[in-house]
Parts: sequence; structure tokens; C-alpha cells
Amino acid sequence: MFNRWILTTTTAAVLAFSPLLAHAETPAQGGEIVVTYKDDITTLDPHIGYDWVNWSMIKSLFSRLMDYEPGTANLVPSLAESFEVAPDGLTYTFKLRKGVKFTNGREIVAGDVKYSIERAINPKTQGPGAGFFGAIKGFDDLTGGKSELLSGIETPDDQTVVFHLSRPDATFLHVMAINFASVVPKEAVEAAAGDFGKKPVGSGSLVLKDWTIGQKLVFERNPDYFVKDVPHVDKVTIEVGQEPLVALLRLQKGEVDIAGDGIPPAKFLEIKNSPEGAAMIVDGEQLHTGYITLNTKVKPFDDVKVRQAVNMAINKERITRLLNGRATAANQILPPLMPGYDKTFTGYAYDVEKAKALLAEAGHPDGFETVLYSTNTDPQPRIAQAIQQDLAAIGIKAEVRALAQGNVIAAGGTEGEAPMIWSGGMGWIADFPDPSNFYGPILGCSGAVAGGWNWPWYCNEAIDKRAGEADAMSDPAKAAERQAAWSKIFTDVMADAPWVPVINERRVVAKSLRMGGPDNIYIDPTRVINYDAIFVKP
Amino acid sequence: MAMLLAKRLVQSCLILLGVAAITFILLYALPADPARMLAGRSATAQTVENIRRELGLDQPLLTQFLHYLGNLVQGDLGRSYAQKTEVATLIMARLPATLTLMAAGIFVEVLFGLTFGIVAALNRGGAIDRIVMASAFVGVSAPQFVVALLLLYVFAATLGWFPMSGYGTLAHVVLPAMTLGILGAGWYARMARSAMIDVLNQDFIRTARAKGLSGRRVVLRHALPNAILPIVAMIGIDIGQFMGGVVVVEAVYGWPGIGQLAWQAIQQVDIPIIMGVTLTSAFAIIVGNLVADLIAPMIDPRIRSH
Repeated sequence: MFNRWILTTTTAAVLAFSPLLAHAETPAQGGEIVVTYKDDITTLDPHIGYDWVNWSMIKSLFSRLMDYEPGTANLVPSLAESFEVAPDGLTYTFKLRKGVKFTNGREIVAGDVKYSIERAINPKTQGPGAGFFGAIKGFDDLTGGKSELLSGIETPDDQTVVFHLSRPDATFLHVMAINFASVVPKEAVEAAAGDFGKKPVGSGSLVLKDWTIGQKLVFERNPDYFVKDVPHVDKVTIEVGQEPLVALLRLQKGEVDIAGDGIPPAKFLEIKNSPEGAAMIVDGEQLHTGYITLNTKVKPFDDVKVRQAVNMAINKERITRLLNGRATAANQILPPLMPGYDKTFTGYAYDVEKAKALLAEAGHPDGFETVLYSTNTDPQPRIAQAIQQDLAAIGIKAEVRALAQGNVIAAGGTEGEAPMIWSGGMGWIADFPDPSNFYGPILGCSGAVAGGWNWPWYCNEAIDKRAGEADAMSDPAKAAERQAAWSKIFTDVMADAPWVPVINERRVVAKSLRMGGPDNIYIDPTRVINYDAIFVKP
Repeated sequence: MAMLLAKRLVQSCLILLGVAAITFILLYALPADPARMLAGRSATAQTVENIRRELGLDQPLLTQFLHYLGNLVQGDLGRSYAQKTEVATLIMARLPATLTLMAAGIFVEVLFGLTFGIVAALNRGGAIDRIVMASAFVGVSAPQFVVALLLLYVFAATLGWFPMSGYGTLAHVVLPAMTLGILGAGWYARMARSAMIDVLNQDFIRTARAKGLSGRRVVLRHALPNAILPIVAMIGIDIGQFMGGVVVVEAVYGWPGIGQLAWQAIQQVDIPIIMGVTLTSAFAIIVGNLVADLIAPMIDPRIRSH
């Protein structure tokens, strides 16, 4: 079977904006906006940047072979005009759009794509995303320092890039859409002499015009961007170092258009209940699950009955109330927005009596003592205390250890160290909208290593095998079958109960009344703020 | 004088070396792994290992420290782990804002502190004294963020006299400097008051009064120079403290100072930045104290003979 997908510029544009058109609000061109964040922007190097603030900026500063329709998880070709997948799923051939230029004026050729992916993987770049490209042939040589080049990428001519994979990878097209796959011009990287993150040159919808460290970044519209009429705004000024509370005051006064850090918890209800405030709040679902890990290598959590009992003991509704309702209770690993989420699955219902009975059955009628790790920024310690009280109700005495994030991560990645971890502040947010992204590093055997992110140290080899098989189903015709396979994998993991899925937290962004467009372009599942799509009302 | 300076310079270098060593050891004793933090969630073990090697974190602690010192001697503070930019560039970019706030803050502190301290001392035991000392007590104990937010809410958000946030014009510096000044003035007022009271009770003041000098001249020409020494020493310490960053005030007013840089670096375990800021702050404390020591003999001839 041969999959062929060709889109011209015009259809791409129509397709890309169909969700907006459906909203019956035509984006207006022009306007200058101000966006605030508390923290300074660390880097705009697409092969290094990996936090939720620089993520959206890098998205609009650079282009990639693939992208998503704004506000959705639907993959569409972007820098690629078309692509073909070989029947065995081992070869991907992309045809580049003609005439696309970097903002330094040079036309993008196939060699730029090859250089960029190699740069993302090369250990010298110190990029966190190298592992995403693991399926490309020659990956081990490059990451192991044996080669500077990636043998699995060929460029037969300037418009064609061919990827050879060492194993089928159903997520490969998603990988081509993540920031780490952004295309960069070699000459600009070299000219920046190690500081490309402050002097980025791309081919996205925005261009960085000015960066005053610690104060602001000024982005302007790229007039030559290859999608017509994108972006809609002429200028985006990012002001950093802005305390969320002050940003909110400035937003109310009309000095700020988007308060990137959202609304401080103490102010949330006040704003939400004011007539004008409700229109300022964008409250969107994201691909996030917050969970408690139960360390399968630490007694007594090595007993599945104990883990199940804890699953029944947590009052998740109370935790959503602690967050002012900015979260919904979770009963499974995948968040509701993720393909593969099982609507029929009910998980472990909150039932203290049943939990006690199960604990007694496991030989702990009087409970036991344990330690619960949590990060130390509000509201996480309060949530950890709520969990502590829930555990006390079934006789488990948990000591809460609230530490800096780095220390919690270190404890989680040390074998036998942390019996329980509340993931708040570090909970998993998917890198791309594919269920496999919720498995490998956090629940797969490969993640259960020192320094890994599989904090329950859970390794079920039968499930690991099924996960491998599901990821090998790269034929798009089998997408539904693959999704079902993943769905079953996650509900089967829940039988082993290595986690207590607790909440799906929503992201909150505050925007001024003059900003237009639907909520899902302010909390875009793959971008957070979609600078390509947002606009100022005329 | 030259001897004193030379001695101080040698001492300063040793202190800086000590600060560097202690900070370095403390940072590496942290259980948090910078490579792991940098690599983020999705990184494979190989990626983390590669990052660790590229940063030189796989070397023994002593090798890393000597390497750091070697670069430091050449004026190279290294590159930020997270931002990849030169640490010196990042600190320099924030230096003007830090120095501005330091100067303005100290100015307000000293102006208010001295004035109220002297007034209180002259009215010792009276109603004015009690009011000043009570206010000083409030100033000393009030949390920075409360005062900062209060001033911001009243003078910027409600009255609109000053911009709410940012840096660049004189109007921007008023509220942050007032916040620091009001809080710091309490210390200065208490110190100025007790120093003045000490001096005012001494014989030479009585002599000056007996000579028939005006009250104003007695206070400003005779008493104040004798009472000001501890204040000068305190300014020296304040310079260092302000250089290390005033995190809370900077955060509330969006002031692009060194404190914000340090705070963010600590969260990211960005060791080169933490080291850089600590050393800058230590350096400033040393310079501040040195300047205070050099000024003292100019004010008080008695010190010159020592």
C-alpha cells in the first residue's frame, strides 16, 4: 500500500483555518500585542529549547516538514509539500515546498533539513530531544560520537529528503512536527558562535527583531512566510520578569494582551466571577495527567493489592477543588484529549472501605509507614497534604517530603529511593498528540533505569512487547487498529496500578478583550499559544 | 594607606577563592543533576549521558573546580547550561538595572533613615521619638512583597502616577527604590538614633553648645560626622546585598536585575550562573566594605593614625 498526500499552498491554508472559519470569526490582519511571562526566555534554539514558554515561540519562529492544524492534533505537511511512506514503513520521502526562504534570504534546500536533524542529534548540541530521532538509521553512530553525519538521511536533489528507518515508527510524522525537527540555516548557526539560541534565524511566521536580556523580546511578522496571510499580528512583544499578579493588573488596564502565566490561584475565582473577567479567561484542556507513582521496587508497593488499595483511597474530587476547579479527576493514564483515551473505562472508584479491605487482604490491616515526595511550590505541597490525609484514612502514615523539583526528579530516578511521588509541577504533558508518548519514558522498561523518568520502576515485559508492536504499525490505514492497541495497553497497565492517575490539569491563559479567535488557539494542544493563528479584533 | 590597600587586595582574593570553593562544593553536593534537568523528560539515558559529558560533569570534582578557576582567572565565567550564553554577558546585561536600583534604594534609605534617626535622637523620649521608632520597627519587620504590592497597587494601578512594571525611565525606578528605601530606612533610623544619642551626650558637644554655636551647627558639623561611621559601614554591606539581587522587589516590579537571574538559575540548577552571581555579589561586598574602609578615615581623623 502506498500513501500519497499532496496539498498545495492554498488548500493547506484553507485546511489550516477551517476551525477558525467554523467559528464564524474571520481573523483580522494587523495589530501589535504584548505578552508577559514571569521567567526570562532561556533559549530560542529549536534543538535545545524545551519548556512550555519557549515552545510556542520556537514553533512560530521556525518551520518543520510537518505541522498541525491550529487548535487540533491533526497532522498536515508544512515545509513539505507532499510525502510518501514506503509499504514497509521504513522509508519516508518528503518533497519540499519550492521557493521557501529563511529570513536571511536564502532558499531552503534538502541539505538544510539533513543538517538540522543531525544538529538536533549531535551530542555537541546538548539537545534534549535527540532520542526522538532514534528510529533513523545511523542514529547510534551519531549519538555515540562515531560519526558527525546521519547515514539514514539522503538528499537526492534540493527538493527531496529521504529518511531511512532502522525500525518502523508510527510516530515518525509527529517527530517531524516537533520543535527539535525545526529547519535551521547552517551559516547562521555558525555565525552565532554557540549563541544561536539568542540569535535565531528560521523560516517561520515570526522573526526575532530585538532581544533585551531580562526585559523583552520583539517579534515581527515575517512578510515572506509561505502560508498566505499568516501570521495575523504585525508585532509581538514578550515582556519577561512580570509577576503574574502584576501582569493581571496590567491586563485589566489594557497594557497587556496575554498574561502567559495565567491567573494566580488567589485571584482566579474573583476574575472568573466578574462579568468582564470571564471573557478574559482562556481555560483549555491540555495533554496532561497528574499522578502519584507507586514504586514497585519498594515494599510494600511491590504488592499489586497495596497499589490498588491506594488507587481507591485518593479523593480526587477534593484535589480538583484545591485547584479551584482548574482540573478534572482522572481515572486512567491518558488524558481525555489524547487519541486512545478510553471513555468507557472507569478505573478504581474512590472507596475507602474497599481500600481498607484490600489492604488487610494484602497483610497490612493496620496500614504502614511510607514517604510521599512532592515539589515545594504552591499548590503542590497542599495537594500532597490532601493525599497524606486520604492515605491516613486507610491507615497509611505517609511523611510528606516537599523538595525542589530537581531533587524530586533525582529521587525518582534512583532505584529504591522514593516510595511515592506526587507528580504535581512535573506531571506528564505529551510532546506530541500520540498515545505512545505516555508510555516509553514513564512506564516502559527502558525508562526504569537510573536517572530515568519511570518513577514507579514499573516494567511489565508483556506490555512492553505489545507497545513495541503497536509502534511498528506505521501504515496509516492501520491507525485505528493501532490506537485501539494503545488504548488497551494503558487500561491493562492500570490493572497493575503503578500509578494513581489523579487529575487532568487545564492550562489557564488570560487574554485582553481585544484578542480574537477561539480558545484552542490560545491553549493549542501542540503549541500552547499559537502565534500563527491569534489575532486582534478589528 | 597603600599598605592597607595591598593587604585588603590579598585578603579579597582569598575571600573570593573561598566563596568560589564553598559555592562550588555546595552546588555539586546537591542531589539534583544538572544534565538530567537540562535533558527534560523525554531524553534517553544516552542523551543525558552525552549532555553530562559535553558539560564536563563526568569529570572528578577537583578537575572541574580547577578548570573553573583556570577560566575564572582569565575573566571567563563560563556558559550557562540552559541558555548556552556566556554568563558574563548575562550578568553584564543586568548590571545597569542592578546598579540603578542599588543607588536609588540606598539613597532613599539613607535620606529617610538619617533624617528620622536624627530627629528622633534630638527628641529623645518624646512623642516624635516614639512615633519614629515605632514606624522604624514596622519598616524593619514588614515583608518586602507586601510593601511592594501595596505601593504598586496604590501609586501605579489605582492612581496611575508611576508605571506598574519595567525599567528604563526615572519614573520606573521610584516605586522599587521607595520599597527598598522605606524598609531599609528603619535600620538606618535606629542606628542613626543610637549613634547620635551617644555622641550628643559627649563632652565636646556640650563644649560646642557652651561656645554658643547654633543648634543646627552643633548637630550637622559636630555631632553628625561623629555618628555617621556605623552608617557608612552599613552602606558598604548594603551595596553587597543589593548586588546579590533583591529578588522579591525585582519580581514584583519586573525589574531586570541580577536577583531574577539568580532565582531562575537556582530553579534550573544552572551552576555557571549561580556561581557567577555569587561571585559578583561577593566581589561587590568586598568592594563595598573596602570603599567604606577608605572613606572612614576621611570622615574621622582618629582612624588615620591607626
